Amino acid sequence: MPFTPPSVDDVLAGLTDRFGTLDASVYRGQTRVVVPADLSFDALAWLKERGFDLLVDVTCVDYLEYRDAKHRYGLVYLLASTTTNQRLTVRVFVDDPDPTVRSVVSLWAGANWLEREVWDLFGIRFTGHPDLRRLVMPEEFTAHPLRKDYPLQGRGERHNFPVITRDHS
Amino acid sequence: MSIATPTFDTHGPEAGARSEDYLWTLNFGPQHPATHTTLRLVLKLDGERVVDAMPEMGYLHSGFEKIGEHLTFNQYVTVTDRMNYISPMANNVAWHHAVETLLGIQLTPRCTYIRTIIAELARISDHLLSNGAVGLDTGAFTFFLYGFYQREVIYDIFETLCGARFTTSYTRVGGVSHDFTPLVIEKIRAFIRTFPKTLDDMERLLTRNRIFVDRTKGVGLLSKEEATNGSASGPVARASGVTRDLRKDEPYLAYGDLDFQVCCASAGDCYSRYLVRMQEMRESLKLVAQALENLPSGEVNVSIDQRVARPTKQQVYSSIEGTISHFELSMANRGFEVPYEESYAAIEAPNGELGFYIVGDGTENAYRARCRPPSVPHFALFPQLIRGHTLSDVVAVLGSLNIIAAELDR
Repeated sequence: MPFTPPSVDDVLAGLTDRFGTLDASVYRGQTRVVVPADLSFDALAWLKERGFDLLVDVTCVDYLEYRDAKHRYGLVYLLASTTTNQRLTVRVFVDDPDPTVRSVVSLWAGANWLEREVWDLFGIRFTGHPDLRRLVMPEEFTAHPLRKDYPLQGRGERHNFPVITRDHS
Repeated sequence: MSIATPTFDTHGPEAGARSEDYLWTLNFGPQHPATHTTLRLVLKLDGERVVDAMPEMGYLHSGFEKIGEHLTFNQYVTVTDRMNYISPMANNVAWHHAVETLLGIQLTPRCTYIRTIIAELARISDHLLSNGAVGLDTGAFTFFLYGFYQREVIYDIFETLCGARFTTSYTRVGGVSHDFTPLVIEKIRAFIRTFPKTLDDMERLLTRNRIFVDRTKGVGLLSKEEATNGSASGPVARASGVTRDLRKDEPYLAYGDLDFQVCCASAGDCYSRYLVRMQEMRESLKLVAQALENLPSGEVNVSIDQRVARPTKQQVYSSIEGTISHFELSMANRGFEVPYEESYAAIEAPNGELGFYIVGDGTENAYRARCRPPSVPHFALFPQLIRGHTLSDVVAVLGSLNIIAAELDR
């Protein structure tokens, strides 16, 4: 009898058994499940053990101006399995003043730069990250530009960038 | 990105101060001919041997994702041209594939085939340049020129198709900007006839070339586990034995109808990545030929009742639906319906999984337009690929990963 992998629904049922009732929904065939911030690492580790071995992306959405939004930031973990081709989106919501979530670099090495980018552009702090520096913005930058309260054309930071002279290069 | 002195924390405690004395630091990039794009590496060297490398990015960061929140779904396609600029057509297809997934638009059969053809032509032109660059950096200039000549032919096809050679901006929500004309089809057929011969010549030049094989075989090893764990995708992952290819695993567009094979290797070195790309070009050519000969007739854009794709001038001037649809889509406060939802959709771009996570908020602009670039995980893998190799291998590894800074930094 050929091996049939557990369906995404089965995985979700297992996740609910382990971590309590979770809010799950399906849109355009994509299953999303919301996990509380304090359980996110354990839930993602559990999912990795269940075959979601590929972390496709870690990103974030700032819901500041979004209709009916209950939380400010929504982290997005896009998981996939290289053996069963299933996909699962895990959402973790965090709020100001100190949006923090546990880093998953110890589970997936690929999360390293993805989490750095989220820290850089949204200011979400990942505890336990080995090297949480800015990724794309300059080190001197103080704002997190993909937040919705940051203007499109910036706040004039470019004029105040330090200039490297020949003596100090 | 940092300008400050980098710190290397990967040395074990056994590397005492005495051996540290022999190490020296070399800055490679951001302006260097062999980086091909604006990226920077800080290398720690023990003579010729690379002890450690620290990749830096951000020199070309242009805030594409922020711009995506301020441009409409149709306008943003011009920005996607500038992401992976060696295969802009694939980015166009990826962006509108994601938009149409969010909006739930079903494309016409002709449109799916057209998009498949141009995406595969983009893959060929991308692989020609990335393999050509590996050849160039390891000393095979003729090989690079052979590839570049064929890229020009593909550019000519795109120019005939939509007027632009490089920044094509070809796709639209629910369709494409120009339908295939008989001349375009003739040019693609000519390309299908002539390209295999060039590909044979290129393989004869390099695949069994002793110098090239010595420079690339066993260099930059990436195991299957490391590739999956490091989120690698595309030819980089497939050269390490990961059999994931979204064209096969999650068939989108017309890939479900067409016959092709997923190209994999198991060694995971620079040479396998070269071989995978060479073989993928042959498979892409097969796909283009099949799709072109089975190109369905009929409308290329979705029907005007759906009110997402702009009607043709013929429809605007001769039918009431066309006129209404044209005005609805042109007026600033109308446009099409966008749900308060979010979705992710990816295609197998030449470089790997290129996806967009789009949040809709009822307007024609995305609330959030996240691009999942394949280059970022690949560039993050660079230090572990180069450790222990020599300085001259840096360019071979970098070329075989095909890092495009515009896509890396966005």
